[in-house]
Amino acid sequence: MNYVTKTATAVAALLLSAPAIAAWEPTKPVEIVVAAGAGGASDQMARMMQAAIQKNNLMKQPMVVSLKGGASGAEALMYMKGNDGDANKVLIAYSLIYMLPLSAKIPFNWRELTPVSVVAMDQFVLWSNASKPYKNVKDFIEAAKTSGTPFKMGGTGSKREDQVLTVFTEKKTGAKFNYLPYKSGGEAATQLVGNHIDANVNNPSENLEVWRAGQVKALCVFDKERINYTTKVTETQSWKDIPTCKEEGLDVQYLMLRAMFLPGKVTDDQKAFYVDLFKKVTETPEYKDYMEKQALKPVYMTGEAMNKFLGEDDAVNTALMNEAGFVAK
Amino acid sequence: MEALGLLMQGFGVLLTWKILALMMVGLVLGIFVGVLPGLGGPNGVAILLPLTFTMDPTSAIVMLSCIYWGALFGGAITSILFNIPGEAWSVATTFDGYPMAQQGKAAEALTAAFTSSFIGSFAAVLLITFLAPAISSFALKFGPPEFFAVYLLTFCSFVGLGREDKHKTIISMSLGLLLAGIGLDTVSGQLRMTFGSSDLLRGVNFLVAVIGLFGISEILLTMEERLALRGHSAKISLRTVWSVWKDMPRYWVTLLRSSAIGCWLGITPGGAIAASFMGYNLAKRFSKDKESFGKGRIEGVFAPETAAHASGTAALLPMLALGIPGSGTAAILLGGLMVWGLNPGPLLFVEHKDFVWGLIASMYLGNIVGLILVLSTVPVFAAVLRVPFAAIAPMIVVSCAIGAFAIQNAMFDIWLMLLFGVIGYVFKKIGIPLAPLTLALVLGNRAEDAFRLSMIGAEGNLGVFWSNKLVGTITTLAIVLLFWPVIDRVIASFSKTRQPAQA
Repeated sequence: MNYVTKTATAVAALLLSAPAIAAWEPTKPVEIVVAAGAGGASDQMARMMQAAIQKNNLMKQPMVVSLKGGASGAEALMYMKGNDGDANKVLIAYSLIYMLPLSAKIPFNWRELTPVSVVAMDQFVLWSNASKPYKNVKDFIEAAKTSGTPFKMGGTGSKREDQVLTVFTEKKTGAKFNYLPYKSGGEAATQLVGNHIDANVNNPSENLEVWRAGQVKALCVFDKERINYTTKVTETQSWKDIPTCKEEGLDVQYLMLRAMFLPGKVTDDQKAFYVDLFKKVTETPEYKDYMEKQALKPVYMTGEAMNKFLGEDDAVNTALMNEAGFVAK
Repeated sequence: MEALGLLMQGFGVLLTWKILALMMVGLVLGIFVGVLPGLGGPNGVAILLPLTFTMDPTSAIVMLSCIYWGALFGGAITSILFNIPGEAWSVATTFDGYPMAQQGKAAEALTAAFTSSFIGSFAAVLLITFLAPAISSFALKFGPPEFFAVYLLTFCSFVGLGREDKHKTIISMSLGLLLAGIGLDTVSGQLRMTFGSSDLLRGVNFLVAVIGLFGISEILLTMEERLALRGHSAKISLRTVWSVWKDMPRYWVTLLRSSAIGCWLGITPGGAIAASFMGYNLAKRFSKDKESFGKGRIEGVFAPETAAHASGTAALLPMLALGIPGSGTAAILLGGLMVWGLNPGPLLFVEHKDFVWGLIASMYLGNIVGLILVLSTVPVFAAVLRVPFAAIAPMIVVSCAIGAFAIQNAMFDIWLMLLFGVIGYVFKKIGIPLAPLTLALVLGNRAEDAFRLSMIGAEGNLGVFWSNKLVGTITTLAIVLLFWPVIDRVIASFSKTRQPAQA
């Protein structure tokens, strides 16, 4: 063996072994950035991850939740954009990343960030107050159509997923709603219980507690198929007992991603660390328990599959926003 | 009675040396974060939250709630000593607390603040203990029109009952409303007054404005008045505590009124800020000696502190029962509960009785232990004022800057803070009150949203503000308070014209 091959072998050995030894790891506390207020679905999920990581010792450094829900979550997006190359910050994203730049002309594009993994898909359910007479979607729509003043539909924020669903419900049924944008899903939930609005399109997690208390009624879920959890949540119903909106004659479907992003310009090693970390998170009992309790779809995607999904999801959301007329000129 | 039995059981769980020690640690940490201006309650609790993850649920909840109490107590310290309110509801405490400290009565002011916070919280905890289920359903009565009516009441009571010239109050309030409009508008989803700057996107943070308006401007003023550059002599003696306590029964009406206002507004989600201002304004309104308010009157510390803490504590009720946090700190606490799988909602009181009553028991204990702890630190904190101003001023400026930066990790906020410092200085010179501006900055957005949501819901009919007894009463009361000076004069002149007729 001559000198050159010897060196080459040594170098090759070094290259092969180096990533294993010197894999990147955070050296200071990792900030998990929430683009919503306290107690909302994103916040709850971030707290779950924080606890899952700490209890299962998945990372040496602690994880801190940082709430950046200002400007309807735009604060978090701009914060991520402004921290290029800082791998100690990870965003817990949802459909906001497509919609906010369109409706409010915020100079942000998710392609400037580094996608890590999709960790779940969230559902939307049409809810009404339990004391109201209508039992199903048909009764509800009929009541809305014949009401003297239009029904009040509550939701989170303006020109976002909740209002998009409202607009499409209007288009498919011909009923008219006055949409009331609240600051959070929790607020929309209590306002429904207090009978200040007639319905809302909250995520399961946002209405879970008032549903269990028998204060609200679940009319239908905006998905192709029913939610696949059969454990009883209320005294009489499980998530699976809620019909799909399509079954009920309201052909509107929408699923929302819950995904992790790093800021732009991070190294491959740094990304790899988080891909691995969140993969492990999705295997913890805390995560599984959370998925079932909050009726989330446990979807996991990373790499090429994720990129492809994001591209398609973006196109779907943009089309919806255009059709609803919510894109700022 | 079931509640009482459960409460006793809660005490039983808590009265161990380990829990008591955790309480002390939590309180000290809480006071510490409460004292640093800007870092304040919410950020401090957020930083300390992960500490509790490795504990068992009971210890964790006790520790968290004690951090919360500590932060509440601590917030008053900077308001009184340096005119820098740590939380929104500490603003009214500065009106008389700071002048008292300036007159060398810092120890009295601190004692008054701590004691009245204790009384306020205690009143609210009693309320929670006995009326929890009934009260949480009261909060459900609040839709957009009701919320707007409460905010209107706060604004109107400020204009109608304020000591300053009406037009100056209105100028200051309008400026605050204008600043509150910056950022993304929730109702339309559009950006307003951001001029393409991404720093302005999230709007003007209330705490940044307050640190500048009150803290920095105060330092500018003090620098100008060279005489004040030497330290104040503050009496340091635990005897001060007794003398304040002896004096206190005289103000029982104020304490009772403020507790009532605090409890009432506290269970109205988000009403804690309004409570402290209203407590102060009403105390002033009903006082025989209105002129002495704002010049270091101890009643001016009692009134807002009692109201603020009554509402801060009562605010935990809607948080537990409905999941709506009443303040920033409560919001973080909410996050902490969720980690334990304790999802706030109507069933929390049914399914996790032991937890809820443990928490309530820890409120009693935490408050009592907290009071003893903070009172024993009064001499230490009051002594801070003996340090020459020249030495302490740079430290205050630095801690203000750190505080302003820490809120959102933004350098821009430090510049904004300095700008507000200059604005505060100019306003003080030309006699425009700062409080209406800060009030409008905090409540402006919420009032606007509530108004516009009411209008969307009612299809533009203003009658919605009189559509039921609750909202009608609040709205009418607001308008009466707004025109109070006029009404007062009419009543006075009416009785004057009648008197000669009778004679």
